[in-house]
Amino acid sequence: MSPLRRVVVVGASLAGLRAAEALRRHGHAGELVLVGDEPHLPYDRPPLTKQFLNDGWRPEQIALPIAPGLDITWRLGVPASGLDVADHAVRLADGSLLHYDGVVLATGARARPWPGHLTPAGVHTIRGLDDAAAVAEALSRTRRLLIVGAGFLGGEVAAAARALGVAVTLVEPQELPLLAPTGPHVGRFVAALHRANGVDLHLGSRVQGFTSNGRDELTGAELTDGTHVEADLAVLALGATPNIEWLAGSGLVTDRGLVCDEHCQPLRDDRLPAPDAVAAGDVTQWPHPLAGNELISPGHWSNSVEQATAAAQTLLKPGTAPAYRPVPSFWSDLYGTRIRSVGLPHLADSSEVVDHDPAAHRLIVAYHRNGALVGALTANHTSQLVPYRAEIQRHLDSRPSRTRLVHD
Amino acid sequence: MTVIVDLNLCQSHGQCVYAAPEVFAFDEEENLTYQPEPPESQHDRVRAAVAACPVRAILVSEP
Repeated sequence: MSPLRRVVVVGASLAGLRAAEALRRHGHAGELVLVGDEPHLPYDRPPLTKQFLNDGWRPEQIALPIAPGLDITWRLGVPASGLDVADHAVRLADGSLLHYDGVVLATGARARPWPGHLTPAGVHTIRGLDDAAAVAEALSRTRRLLIVGAGFLGGEVAAAARALGVAVTLVEPQELPLLAPTGPHVGRFVAALHRANGVDLHLGSRVQGFTSNGRDELTGAELTDGTHVEADLAVLALGATPNIEWLAGSGLVTDRGLVCDEHCQPLRDDRLPAPDAVAAGDVTQWPHPLAGNELISPGHWSNSVEQATAAAQTLLKPGTAPAYRPVPSFWSDLYGTRIRSVGLPHLADSSEVVDHDPAAHRLIVAYHRNGALVGALTANHTSQLVPYRAEIQRHLDSRPSRTRLVHD
Repeated sequence: MTVIVDLNLCQSHGQCVYAAPEVFAFDEEENLTYQPEPPESQHDRVRAAVAACPVRAILVSEP
């Protein structure tokens, strides 16, 4: 039985809910408070850029199931505004103070906004349910959609819009889509998918500025390649930025995320883990042996699930849980083509096409770093990932765990 | 323990195959196959597979 009287989970999305479930499963019988900045109960985000946009899915279809008996005290619609590690307290934006015996930091990330200045009406980002609902509604009226950024999110929005018959311009500053995360082979494959599905793809080009009419409604954009694109709806898919500002002054280390050790414990300025605190999901960065123990922050669905479970175990029984060193995985669905990946392809210094069948939209790419396999990606060929994943797992298992950082 | 996978929901994410490779597998046609009544030694792995499935396609009933 866990001695913790009250555990506060800050963040009520996938990682927060899965942490809550794992805390109960592993014996936490005390109070369990979930704090969320959105007014909604936990929901699943991947469908927001897929079925939610083009299949008419309703919010209830993406609600994450909440098992009976979790006995959660919900504090929804109020963001956390501060953390006092020494005093064991979370401050909420409404001024209230929640004392804890254990805390799970799972505040996730948000869409990166347009840098600098205001955008006209009709320019959206998608991260949450309300964002996606607004885009879904606008898609039903739009004549021409502009998407800025051809990463996974931008690509999926393009595919959803094309499924609805909406004309799409997709603008990407790199020479290929997905170049940084998955390399040139996948970039060329995905560029061909977009073009085969009628997307007007502008690579190596940026939006210089948006244009609008007298009512400040979007009419289009000027691109750095000299093109003027007409659009009455735009989606910015510029990546995500972690929600760490509320931790300013807490003494926890933040970089491009909340820096944690291999046991999901956030580190203080003195590089020791903060007592009675763990973290999980898109807000975190932690050292991974595949990356030579550099900090990684994959931001994937599966990581939120697995890291939340590991974090809960560490919180309940510090020092007993094994190091969190998963084989990461992610996926994307584009025009019916199933892109699936294991490992960390972005780390690779070389990648090779193992198989490519353009007619069947099938692809297998293997990724190496210093000669060792670090990732693999398939399109419409998931079965072929299994041996790659096993090899990465063996590679991880053969690495000794880093020295455990012990605290009181 | 009885396992049912809703193959209409399944989108070949492969997470169950990673979590419980002796229970879940792909055939040559990329279809998911599985043992509907896995042995007790596999039950923990099957529960992990249920939690790992992004589309919640795996239903498990335990007496």
